[in-house]
Order: sequence, then structure tokens, then C-alpha cells
Amino acid sequence: MGEKTHVEEIDRSRYDFRYEVDADFQTDAGLTPEIVARISEEKHDPQWMAEFRQRSLTIYNELELPRWGPSIEGLNMDNIVTYVRPKTTMQGSWDQVPEDIKNTFERLGIPQAERAALAGVGAQYDSEVVYHNLQEEVAAQGVIYTDLESALTGPYAGMIRDHFMQLVPPTDHKFAALHGAVWSGGSFVYVPPGVSVEIPLQSYFRMNAPGAGQFEHTLIIVDENAYLHFIEGCSAPKYNVANLHAGCVEIYVGKGSRVRYSTIENWSRNMYNLNTKRAVVEEDGTIEWVSGSFGSHTSCLYPMSILKGAGARMEFTGITFAGNGQELDTGAQVVHLGKDTSSHIVTKSIARDGGVSNFRSGVTVTKTAEGSRSSVSCESLMLDDRSRSDTIPVMDIRTDQVDVGHEARIGRISEESIFYLMSRGLSEEDARALIVGGFAEPIAKELPLEYAVEMNNLIHLEMQGATS
Amino acid sequence: MQSALLQIEKLSVKAGEKTILENLDLTIHPGELHVLMGPNGAGKSTLAASIMGDPRYTVTGGAIRLEGEDITGSSADVRAKKGIFLSFQTPEEIPGITLENFLRTSIRAVTGKPLKVIAFGKELKRQMEALDMDPDYAGRYLNVGFSGGEKKKAEILQLLMLRPKLALLDETDSGLDVDAVRVVSKGIRAYHNENNALLIITHNAKILEGLDVDYVHVLEGRKIVRTGGPELISEITRGGFGTVSPERGS
Repeated sequence: MGEKTHVEEIDRSRYDFRYEVDADFQTDAGLTPEIVARISEEKHDPQWMAEFRQRSLTIYNELELPRWGPSIEGLNMDNIVTYVRPKTTMQGSWDQVPEDIKNTFERLGIPQAERAALAGVGAQYDSEVVYHNLQEEVAAQGVIYTDLESALTGPYAGMIRDHFMQLVPPTDHKFAALHGAVWSGGSFVYVPPGVSVEIPLQSYFRMNAPGAGQFEHTLIIVDENAYLHFIEGCSAPKYNVANLHAGCVEIYVGKGSRVRYSTIENWSRNMYNLNTKRAVVEEDGTIEWVSGSFGSHTSCLYPMSILKGAGARMEFTGITFAGNGQELDTGAQVVHLGKDTSSHIVTKSIARDGGVSNFRSGVTVTKTAEGSRSSVSCESLMLDDRSRSDTIPVMDIRTDQVDVGHEARIGRISEESIFYLMSRGLSEEDARALIVGGFAEPIAKELPLEYAVEMNNLIHLEMQGATS
Repeated sequence: MQSALLQIEKLSVKAGEKTILENLDLTIHPGELHVLMGPNGAGKSTLAASIMGDPRYTVTGGAIRLEGEDITGSSADVRAKKGIFLSFQTPEEIPGITLENFLRTSIRAVTGKPLKVIAFGKELKRQMEALDMDPDYAGRYLNVGFSGGEKKKAEILQLLMLRPKLALLDETDSGLDVDAVRVVSKGIRAYHNENNALLIITHNAKILEGLDVDYVHVLEGRKIVRTGGPELISEITRGGFGTVSPERGS
């Protein structure tokens, strides 16, 4: 073998480790009214939530699978265990978290990141949140950051009931209905008017049980003239059976507020990641999405921004990297309702070793959205002839008073560039990794530093053996 | 006599099915400055690229040796580590990595050692000043949006930072204005010493002003047809290749 390079120094075991499943309680596999009722009972749902779950299950059974997008034939709901409760209750100190679970998050670097760069952390293990903590100074400003379950019965119960699955109703699509029926865990964030949370909050979702589903719900309500940066991370060890992630994120951005939502998703290659994210933005508010998709077997992920108030803005910056056996169907959607609203979507997708990386965008401008602007730019890089990358833009424009642009580029790594870099001493593998890293750089610089490093590590990890 | 730095023996090279070089011989010793001239399409760039190990060209016969070691089958990165450098006629644009970061990466790769960060920073600043380069270029993506002249200066900057044993300059002066050519010449002088050697491909005598040229070769019809001293340059400048090429001249 050749000389040791930084590419080989990446530790694969960082994500792909597992512990024995030692559940306190788990449901039978499959989906029936009895199983859903049992989840309600175990979670001590309020009456309205128990009913909401049953109603969602009915909708789930009525809806058909989407007729577009990647195949999800390998996913059999009868085999999925929808609820796995770890043997612990939620803790406010890592010392109280059981050893295996604590070790898991330590290996993922979560407590370290919390000490260094985060104002608050939530950590979910399978179906339940095992740790949640918020810095006292931030809490003193009236910021709420907790698991959704405790919020359901606390002083914010009414607020949750008014907002929960209002942006993403169970009727939205089959997996939104599934989520409504079996959701568990996730986070609730409330930022009061005028409060700026300077340091990010982070929720990390870890799945450990094979053949299980994770259905966390993240509800973020940012009141007027406030600021929040929320980071979501997720990973799981690899199993031979299909796992399912059908989470839901709902973000309410108040008048004049700004919310940044960053995600690095690195699910294992047996995961079906069918996630739904949506934000509604009031007057002069801004939603910024930064999204990195690296893992999973199949992903369908198209965060939607509804620009409701005049002057509302959205920016979406995303990167998707599909390797062998992966079909990652990602993109962004925006609905311009208010006057003078603007959207800016920039994505990069990379496909290698037979992977499929598709980009979908949906831009809707209604009659009321005069003076709005939208730009969509998608660049793809295919690293070999076996890989595929398609761009599927959809636009629905109902007013003349708009400025809409779309740009798509699909490219390959040129042999001239490889030779140029090799003539400066880089191995072929390093030359390719450098070019791919450079392609991804405009996205990486939008990420928090430790995530940018993680993304670069993931790219190098993905590029290993790319030259064989 | 010192042993050869580069020794090319009976080199034949194809691009696809087309033979570009045939039974070409060339020897370069440390301290020497060689100039390679010849009509367009004669194979000058192919020779430089073949010495560097460009996979688009196939060596069908002969050998390339560096300090006695056969490198005919070695990949470009191995050759770079052994001390060969090629200044490209059209340097590639690489988005996402800055010129400065690229230089660090390259120096680490070529030397196989960790970089002395402070010394590197000082040296980079010094060399960029000497080449009359705006320091902002260090923080810009490698060659992306650089003018033709800045790209060539960036190549000479890499030469000065990497300090290879053998530098191949493929028309580094083409498309440059007079001032830029002068700066490039100055860079070459700063690089050249008794331990290294250059092979300069050019159409233009301007870049050679102020340089101590040892040998001038004329490449035509797949091989070197004539070798002489610096006096050949003025002969070619005056009368073109027809006057120096024996096949045409006779």
C-alpha cells in the first residue's frame, strides 16, 4: 500500500458502533390502533394527543405511498418497531445518564461540544430524550428548550396544542400521518420577543435499536425580533435490517426574527430517512437552512419555507453526497405568499460509486407575492460513470411582478485537474478528495466550525477507495 | 563531470494512436538551463508533460531517468516528490482551496514532512512581493478568476516555494505583457542555482533576457533536430526555424 495519508486516518468507528439493546419497553413490530394506544399510555399523553394519534393512524391507512421519488420497497412497516424506550428517564446531568448511552454521546462528541460551543443540548436515544440541558443565563432570558413530552403538560401546553402539526398536518403525506401516530421525543424551543440566543442549541438523535423507527418532533417557536441558531445532528450504527426515520420539524419565525437551522445527517446505510421540515416566516423574518446529507440508504428531504409576511426571506444551503447503494433525493421548497419576499437556494450534490443524488426544488409564487425574488442554483458532481445525478426543478409562478432565476450545472472531475494536482505531489486519491472538498467548500463555510470539520471528514471518508 | 539530473533515452510517446515523439534523447545536468524551441505542434508540451508523467500520453519506448533512477512508469505525484515540477501552459482552476492552503498541502506532500508554519508564512509573503503579486491572491481560490498573467505568476510562486530539482516551464511567458515577462524572468533567476536545472519551452526570446542559457534545442519532426548554445536563439528569432532545422535548411 501507499504512504499513509490523512484520508486513512479518519476513524470509521466514530459513527458505526453499537451497544446491546437494553430497552425498558418496546412495542411489537407493526402498526395497529392497539400499538398506537399503547404508545399513548406509556407516554401518558393528554387526551387530545391520544386522539390525535388515532386520527393520524386512520389517515395513514387511507393515504397511498407517493408515486414519485426513490423506491421505498425495502421498507416494510410490519417489521418496524415504532417505539423503543431506553432504560432511563430524562436527565439534566450527563453523570445520571446510563453508562452505555453516555458513552455513545461521548464518542459522538456531544458533551464536549456542549462545554465548548453550545448554549443547550438535547440528546435522544431511540425513542426518548435521555438528556436535556440549557445554560442558566439563556433560561433566565425566558428561553424554553426542553423535550416535547414535558412541554405537553407544562405551562406551554396550550402553545404546543396550537402549533403541533399545524404546519405539517398528518394529511400532508403518508409519512407525516405515520409521524402523527407514533411520534416520540424531539425538542420544544420557545424564544421570547427581542431575545437573541447568541450561542446555538443542539439536539442530537441517535438510533441504537435494529429494525426500529425514530419519529422525533422538533417544534421551534421564535417570537418577534428574536434570533436562534438550532443545530440538529443524527446518526446510527449499521444493521442488516431496515430502520426508519420519519421525524418532523416545524419552525415558526416571528416578525423581524431570524432562525438558522443547521443539520448534518449521517444515518447508517440501512436507514430510510423520510423526514419533513417546514417553516413559516412572518413579516421581515428570515429562515436560513443549512443542510448536509451524507448517510442513509434512501432519503427524501425537502424542507419547505412558507414566506407569509411581507419582506420575509429564506436561504437554503445544502449538500448531498451519495455513495454506493444510496439514493438521496433532497432539495428545498418555498412558497412566496407575502409581498417583496425573497428566496435563495444553493445546493451541491455529489454522486460516486453508483450512488444516486437527485435535487428537487419547488418554487411557488402566489398572486399576492408581488415584488418577490427567487433564485435556485444547483451544481452536481459525478465522480464516475456509474453514478447518477438529476435536477428536477418545479416552478409555479402566478404573478408577473417577480424575478425568478434557475441555474443547474452537472459536471465531472477533469483528468487535467487531477494531473495538475498530482504534479504538485498529491496522490490521485488526495487530488480527488481535494477537488470534491473544494466543490463542497461554499457549503462547509456556512456550517458551525466543528460541523465543517465533520463534513470534511465525511467527504474524505466517502472518498476512500474512490480511485480504485 | 557531474552525473546527469535528467536523462532521456530514445523516448517514444503516443497520444492515443498518434506518435508525437520518437527516439528522442535529452540530457540535463544540475546547474544547467535548457531552452526548448520549435514550431507549433512539434511536441514540446508533450515532452514536458511526459517528463512529468501525464497519463494522457503513453510512452511506447525508451526511458526517462532522474538522478539515474528509471521513473518512466512512475505517476506524477511520485515524480513531484522526486523533485520534478511543471509550470503549466494553462494552469487549472481549482475552486474551494486557496492558493496559500494549496501551497501548504503541496509542500507537505512533496517533502513528506510537517510544515514550519511561521517560516512558510514569511517566505510566501517575500516571494509574492518579489513577483509583484497582490497579497490578496494568497487567500483566493487556486487560479479561479486569475488573469492569464496572475496564473503564470502563481505557477512561478509555486516553483519558488517548492524548490524542485528540475523545473519544466511550458510557455510560462505566453500571453504575458512585457512587465509580467520581466517578473517571471526575475523569478526564474531567483530559483536557479548550481543544484537545480530548468527546461524552458518558449517562442519568445524576451523571457530569456538576463538568463544564462546553456543549451538551446530545436524540436521538430518528433525529435530534437538541433542543439546549440544561446546563439541559436537569435538565429531563430531572426530567421525562424527554417534556418536552423537541417531537414528544412538542406
